Amino acid sequence: MEHTLTTTCTAADLAALRAGDTVLLSGVMYTARDAAHKRMIEALSAGQPLPFELDGSAIYYVGPTPERPGQVIGSAGPTTSGRMDAYSPALLDLGNKVMIGKGQRSNAVKDAVVRNGAVYLAALGGAGALMAQSVKSLEVIAWPDLGCEAVRRLEVENMPLTVILDAHGGDLYQSGPAAYLAAREKA
Amino acid sequence: MRTIPTQRITEAVAALCIEANLRLPADVQAALDAAADAEPWPLAKTTLHFLQDNLTAAAAQDLPICQDTGMACVFVQLGTDVHIEGDFEAAVHEGVRRGYGEGYLRKSIVADPLRRQNTGDNTPAAITVHLVPGEGCRITVAPKGFGSENMSQVRMLKPADGVEGFKQFVLDVVKQAGSNPCPPIVLGIGVGGSFDKVAALAKQALLRPLDVPNPDPFYARLEAELLAEINALGIGPQGFGGKTTCLGLAIEQMPTHVAGLPASVNVSCHATRRASAEL
Repeated sequence: MEHTLTTTCTAADLAALRAGDTVLLSGVMYTARDAAHKRMIEALSAGQPLPFELDGSAIYYVGPTPERPGQVIGSAGPTTSGRMDAYSPALLDLGNKVMIGKGQRSNAVKDAVVRNGAVYLAALGGAGALMAQSVKSLEVIAWPDLGCEAVRRLEVENMPLTVILDAHGGDLYQSGPAAYLAAREKA
Repeated sequence: MRTIPTQRITEAVAALCIEANLRLPADVQAALDAAADAEPWPLAKTTLHFLQDNLTAAAAQDLPICQDTGMACVFVQLGTDVHIEGDFEAAVHEGVRRGYGEGYLRKSIVADPLRRQNTGDNTPAAITVHLVPGEGCRITVAPKGFGSENMSQVRMLKPADGVEGFKQFVLDVVKQAGSNPCPPIVLGIGVGGSFDKVAALAKQALLRPLDVPNPDPFYARLEAELLAEINALGIGPQGFGGKTTCLGLAIEQMPTHVAGLPASVNVSCHATRRASAEL
């Protein structure tokens, strides 16, 4: 099933998503990879503010290539999400609603997704030029010293994504291959 | 004796860094196109079409195919009748610095693995030199992304594990990698040698075009069998399920010790990039 969603969508909108659905996502999202996640968790434990409002947020695990003059963003595909597994449950419990990346997640992340009615969406790994097409604006808002890992505020339009983990415990990385193998068996 | 000034090496490396990151090699593109045509599973076919669209978008806008423009792995086949005027390794590093700067490529290298300060220019390169007879100098730049590099493994198998144990090891690596290395994947596989040599063999295997089998018929057959077995796992493009899990693989073998069976798998992705020039 295909959904057209904005990042300001309601809990009910997210609850309607199922693993394997496709989503065209528009709105504001923030970029963060390993180093930015580490700093966010450190800021939280020190009682300091985060670079963006976590409640209701969408986080895209990406470190884009530098933009050429006149370009909004460089190549901007997802990085491997598993490296964020140590940090994600805490962020989900504080209101992060949408995670965007690629690759399998830990059971702790899956549980936190279900517990908080969140979702984990996959962008197309290794397709950075295609993913860049949906980014309409970019602003570095924190930790520019991290270079490609700095936190950026992105405005996106119809970013093509696939639901991996849904709020009901669905996991496309398990159900997708299983469905294909079952269909092949039948044929 | 032929003399090559280091300036030429720097210029060639810089140009190859940019070319490799913006254009997929013809053999990898052909394998992706063939897989998209042959893929029977709807979500997998759509996903492969997206990957083809990505190559079109990259070419149209001079964007890197993938944002992970990699560690610059530079391979040089250097003729023993060539005299390099100047500092050879410094010339290669300078080429990487220029290519990654002028090409708007991502700087992904940290100066120290534990202290993790970014060098800011994607240097140093990972340089491998092979000496060959003659006056030639062939340079290949193969930028390597770490989403797939992180899924690679070396295993010191026992001789008793044999062909079946070797194949099982490769299949285990692919299963454990799952969706992480951006399937459809490409594999460089090494077997034999020593602990260090077998890893280098796997990296070397990634340089072989996907449409060129191992010249030894025994290994060519093994390559075909492994490819078929991997593509029966069902992981599919991006791990969403489907037939196309692996676009191609190459095995490189070398003699080893009576007591050992070293094996290695260097995992790469559908954006397996390499570009070469003859100086």
